[in-house]
Amino acid sequence: MYDIQNYQEALTLSEATETLTRNPRMRIIAGGTDLLIKLHGGQIEAAELLSIRNIEALSHIEKRPDGVISIGPLATFTQMTQDPVIKAHVPILAEAAVSMGGPQIRNIATIGGNVCNGATSADSASSLFALEAELVLISSRGSRVLPISEFYLGPGKVDLRAGEILTEIRILPRHYVGFGGHYIKFAMRKAMDIATLGVAVLCKLEAGNILAEVKIGLGVAGPTPLRCFEAEAYAVGKAVSTDVLNEVGRLAIRSAKARTSWRASKEYREHLIQELVPRALREAIVQAGGGEIA
Amino acid sequence: MRKKIALTVNGKAESFEVDVRESLLEVLRNTLGYTGVKKGCGVGECGACSVLIDGVPIDSCIYLAVWADGKTILTIEGVAQDGELSPVQQAFVDEGAVQCGFCTPGLVLTTTALAESGREYTKDELKRELSGHFCRCTGYQNIVKAAEKAIETCRHDGSCGNHHPADHYHDPEKQEGST
Amino acid sequence: MAYTIVGKSVPRIDAVAKVTGKAKYTDDFFERDMLVGKVLRSPYAHALVKHIDTTKAKELPGVKAVLTYQDVPQIKFATAGHPFNLDPSHQDKADRLILTGKARFVGDAVAAVVATDELIAEEALRLIEVEYEQLEALLTSEAAMKEGAPLIHEDCPHNILSDRGFRMGNLEEAFLAADTVVEGEYETSMVQHCHLENHISYAYVDTHDRIVIVTSTQIPHIIRRIVGQALGIPWGRIRVIKPYVGGGFGAKQDACLEPLTAAMTLAVGGQPVKLNYSREECMIDTRRRHDFKFKIKSGVTRDGKILGMHIEAVSNTGAYASHGHSIAGAGGSKFRYLYAIPAIKYEPKTVYTNLPVAGAMRGYGSPQMVYALECHIEDIAKKLNLDPIEIRRKNLIEIGHVDPLSQNKIMSSGIRECIDKGKALIRWEAKKEAYQQQAGDKRRGLGMAAFSYASGTHPIGLEIAGARIVLNQDGSVQVQIGATEIGQGSDTVFAQMVAEVLGLPIDRVHVVSEQDTDISPFDTGAYASRQTYISGMAVKKAAEEIKAKILDFAWGLTDIPAHALDLKEQNVVYKHSGESVLPLAEVALSTYYDTVFAQPITSDVSNNARVNAVPYGVTFAEVEVDLKTGKIEILEIYNVHDSGTIVNPRLAEGQVHGGVSMGIGYALSEQLLFDPKTGKPLNNNLLDYKLPTIMDTPDIGVAFVETHEPTGSFGVKSLGEPPALSPAPAIRNAVLDATGVAFNQLPMNPQRVFEKLKQAGLI
Repeated sequence: MYDIQNYQEALTLSEATETLTRNPRMRIIAGGTDLLIKLHGGQIEAAELLSIRNIEALSHIEKRPDGVISIGPLATFTQMTQDPVIKAHVPILAEAAVSMGGPQIRNIATIGGNVCNGATSADSASSLFALEAELVLISSRGSRVLPISEFYLGPGKVDLRAGEILTEIRILPRHYVGFGGHYIKFAMRKAMDIATLGVAVLCKLEAGNILAEVKIGLGVAGPTPLRCFEAEAYAVGKAVSTDVLNEVGRLAIRSAKARTSWRASKEYREHLIQELVPRALREAIVQAGGGEIA
Repeated sequence: MRKKIALTVNGKAESFEVDVRESLLEVLRNTLGYTGVKKGCGVGECGACSVLIDGVPIDSCIYLAVWADGKTILTIEGVAQDGELSPVQQAFVDEGAVQCGFCTPGLVLTTTALAESGREYTKDELKRELSGHFCRCTGYQNIVKAAEKAIETCRHDGSCGNHHPADHYHDPEKQEGST
Repeated sequence: MAYTIVGKSVPRIDAVAKVTGKAKYTDDFFERDMLVGKVLRSPYAHALVKHIDTTKAKELPGVKAVLTYQDVPQIKFATAGHPFNLDPSHQDKADRLILTGKARFVGDAVAAVVATDELIAEEALRLIEVEYEQLEALLTSEAAMKEGAPLIHEDCPHNILSDRGFRMGNLEEAFLAADTVVEGEYETSMVQHCHLENHISYAYVDTHDRIVIVTSTQIPHIIRRIVGQALGIPWGRIRVIKPYVGGGFGAKQDACLEPLTAAMTLAVGGQPVKLNYSREECMIDTRRRHDFKFKIKSGVTRDGKILGMHIEAVSNTGAYASHGHSIAGAGGSKFRYLYAIPAIKYEPKTVYTNLPVAGAMRGYGSPQMVYALECHIEDIAKKLNLDPIEIRRKNLIEIGHVDPLSQNKIMSSGIRECIDKGKALIRWEAKKEAYQQQAGDKRRGLGMAAFSYASGTHPIGLEIAGARIVLNQDGSVQVQIGATEIGQGSDTVFAQMVAEVLGLPIDRVHVVSEQDTDISPFDTGAYASRQTYISGMAVKKAAEEIKAKILDFAWGLTDIPAHALDLKEQNVVYKHSGESVLPLAEVALSTYYDTVFAQPITSDVSNNARVNAVPYGVTFAEVEVDLKTGKIEILEIYNVHDSGTIVNPRLAEGQVHGGVSMGIGYALSEQLLFDPKTGKPLNNNLLDYKLPTIMDTPDIGVAFVETHEPTGSFGVKSLGEPPALSPAPAIRNAVLDATGVAFNQLPMNPQRVFEKLKQAGLI
C-alpha cells in the first residue's frame, strides 16, 4: 500500500488546473513509474495525488501543418518507440525511448513525467535538449512556452510553478528537418538501467561532407542535461574527418560538469564524453546522408 | 479513501471498492485471490508482478488499483483455458524454462502478449521485449527458447488461445488513429 | 549403465503448477486476521542503543505490539543452516539476538512492530524514539583488525572470528626446490543472491500451543531447531512448513527472519503475523557472499609443475558470523581435489566488520577461491611462457588420489575430457591463431578456468537424509523427503530415482513437495549441492526397501520367491525373463484389503552418508574488450561438467545456465556498495545492483562428460553450485588474453576496466 492521503482524478485540463489551484500540495501523477517508487522508498510521505492520466487530449503525438511535432505529456515511451511521426522525423527520440527501462515500464511511463522529474539521467532528456524542444506549461493563470534548457534547474528540480501542468512538448521544424541523429545510452546493462552517460547528437550536412550544424545533448554529464555549445560551434563549417570528430569530443568535455559519484568517476564520465560524442556524431552523419568515416 | 472500480479479470466481470492506496498487485492478490501475481521488488524492476492490462504487459506493483477501472486484465490464472495449457505455457514446460517459478507467471504473460501480436521477432528483438523480467535461476537460455517456440506455434496456428488480444500493442499502424 | 528414466529429460514435475500460477509460495497463504510485522533498523553501522521509547508507537491505533531487544529472549543463537553438532566446540558461533541493543551494521534490527497493516506498521516505526551512541564503524577487514579497533563482538579479539587453516606437505622445501616463485593478489566483491522471492515467513500459535512457522527456506528442519534455541523453548514446540520457494542460492540456508517472526506472534497472543522483507531489506539484512582478499605465492618448476602454494586469505564476514567461520575453511578444502600440489599452507582470517552479514551463497567459499586460484595459475603460465591449458593438465589430480586431510578419495574424474571438450567447443586453436595480430579499439581473447568441488559436506558436516515412500491402492506411490525443492529440480530428480527402482512411469510417482517438520522425514535441506547425491541415497534406499516389501508381498500372493521377481512397467515380473506375473496395482490393492494378509506397505529410511564425491568442470570464454569504453562483451561461453551420471539432462543444463549467468554477473557487473564513511548501502535494489538482464546474457553453451561415481546413487555427483565457480576467472583470463592486462579484482565493470587500462597505458 502506498502512503497516499488524497487521490483525485481530472478528466479535463481545466479540471486539473483548477484542482491544482485549489490545492497546491497536490502532485501530478501520470504513469506513476517515478512517483510511486518515491512513495515506496519513503522519499514522499502522505502524498496528495492528482491523476491526469485520463485526460485524453494529452496523449497525442502529431505533426502539425506548420511542421511542428507536438508530443502530449502522456505519450508513453512505447508510443514514442513505435509512433510513425517520431520514427519518420525524429528517430533519435525513438532511440532514446527504447533505451529506457524495460517494456513494462515503457508501456506506462510518460514523456511528460520523464521531463518533469528533472533527472539528468532521464533517457529522453539529452535528445530533447539536442532537438531544442519547447515546453508548453499551462495553469489557471495562463500559459507559457519555455525552452527545455531553461526548464531544468538542478537535480530533480524543474521550473514547474505552483498550479502548472506540462501540456505539450514541441519540436520545431528548424530543429529537425534535414538533421540526422543518433543517441547512445552508455550503461552497465543493456536494459533496466540508468545511463552512466547519455549522448544525443544531431547534425546537418552541406555539400555532402561539411558540417552545417551540430547539436550535442548530454545526460548525466552535469546536474541537469546540457548542450555542448563550444564543441558545436567548432564543428560548424568543418569538413567531416576523424580529426574533427575527435576534436568535437575533446571540446564537448568543456561544457560538461560531470562529478564523481559511486556510480562512476568524473574522470571516467569525461573520458566517455570524449569517446562517445564522436561515435554518436559519426552515426548521425550517416543518418544525415553523409558517408561512413573510415 | 475508497473508490469503486469495475473491471474484467480473466474474463470475469468484477466490481468492488478499493482503497486508493492499493496497487493493482495487492488487489489482485489480496482481494481477488490471484496469487499467481508475484511481488519481487515492488518498484517495477523485476517484472514478477506483470499482468496484461488490455493486452499490454504492465508491472502491477506500480499501477494503482483505481487505474484498473474499466480495464480488462489477464493474470496467469486466466491463461490456461478449460484446464488446457496455452501454447506459451506448454513451451515453458517443454523447454525447461521454469525453475523456481517465481518469475514464470510474468514471463508467460509477456510472452503471451508477444505471441498474440502475430509479429515475428528476431532473437535480439525478443530479448528486448522480455528484458523487463529478471530471472536468477535459468540464465534466460530456456526462456528465450520457449518464447521463440511459443511465438512460432502461435503464428503457425494463427492464434494463441484468444486471450483478450491487444489491438494496438506492437502494431504501430493501428495507432495512427490516435495521432 | 542403462536406465529407463534416470538420464531422461522428463519435464519438471512442478512445471505445470508454476506456469499456471497455482504453485503456492509463502505469501500466497492467507490466515484470517493476519497481522503485519516490520523491523526498525539502525541508521548507524556501529552504535549502542542508549535509550528507546516506544510509547508513541504503542499508542498508534492498529499497533498490536512493539518489541525492542529488551522484549525478546536474551539468548545468543547461531543462524547458520548447519546440522547441529553435539560437540560444543564445533557448534556454530552463537552471536546473534532476535533484536539487538548494539547495532553492528546499517540495517541491524533494533526494534519491531506488529500492526494491522503495512502503513500503520511503518508509521509506528517512525514513532519509535531511539537514542544511539555511535561507535567507530569498521568498514573494511583492515580497519577491523588494526590494533586498538573497537570490538564488534566483545568475545572476539581483533575482530577475527576464525583463523583456522591447514598445512600439508613441506612448503619450505617446495619453495627451495622450485625454479621460480610466482606471487599474486586477488580480490573478490560482495554480491547478493537476488532470488526472485524475497525472504518471507509468517507464524501463529496453533490450538495445541505450538508455534507454526510457514517460511521460504532451504532448511525447514534446521529452522525448527534454531527458532527453538533462539526462543529458549523445546524444539518440538515448533513446526516449520516450507511451501514452494522462489529461489534461495544459500541466502535461505540461514535463519534470517524466522526467530523474529516467532517472537512477533508470541507478542500478540499467537495471532498470525507475516514478516515480508522488501527487496531493499532482503539485500542488506539477509545474507551476501563474503568478499575475499587473497595473497598467493607458488613455487613452480620451469616446466610448470607446482610444488608448493602458500595462500593467505582475508574474508569479510560482516556484522555476524552466520556461516563465516566455515566458509573460508570450505573454500580452502574443495580446490584441493583439482591439482596435485604436494605442499600447501592455507592461512585464512575471517573478520567481523560493520557491514551486512555474509553467509552461504552458491559455492560457499569456492567462487572466491576458484577465482583466485585460476587467475594465479594463468599468471604462472604467463610468467613461464607456457600454454595455460597444458600447465593445468600437467598438475591435475588423478583418480585414486586420497586427500590427506579430508581422506576423501577421488573415485571418478572427467576433468581431462572436460578440458578437451571445452577446447573443441570454443575452437580454441583456430581462434588463438586468428587473434594473434589484433589492432584497433576492440580486442578479442580466450580464457579458461577449471574447478573441483564436493557433493555435500562430509567429513566436516553430518550428511543425514530421510525418505519415506507409501504404496497407494492403485500401485502409484507417494514420496516424502526432507530435502527441499527450491527451484533446482530436486523433486523431479527424486521422482525419477523412485520411478527407476520401482519400474513406474513418472506420473505414478507423487512427490510431496511441501516439507513440514511434523511430517517430513528428517533431512538437513538444500545446500552444499548435496541433495541429488546425499538425499538421493536415502531416496534410492527407500525405493529399494519398498520394492523388497512389494516383492515379498507378491511372493505371498503368487508363491514365486521374491528373489525371482522384479518390478517393471507397473507389473510384478519374473526377474530372469521379464514376463509379467501380475499387475502391481493388484498387489497394491491386496496390501490394503486382503482380509487375511492386508498390511499397507511403506518404507521410511534415513541414511547417514559418510562419503563425498568430487565433481569437476571447466569454463571456456571468448570476450571482446572495447579499449575505449572499458566494456567487456562475452562472445561465447561454454561450461563443461563432470557431475557423474546426469539424471535429467534438461534440468541439469538449466542448473548450468543459471550458474554461468550468476558467474557472469560476478565477473562483470554485480557488487553491493556501501558508503565508505558511514556504511550505508548505496545500491540495495535491483536498479542499482547490476544483476544481468536477458539482454546482457549471451548464449551459454553446456556440455557434460558423464562419469560413473561409485559412491553415488545411479553414479551421480553434485551439480547445483559448480556452474557458478569457474566463469569469473575464465572471463578474467580471456580479458588478460585480449588486452595483456591482468584484472585481479572483481567485478571487471567498465569503470574499473577503464582505470586499469589507463594505468596500463592503453587509454
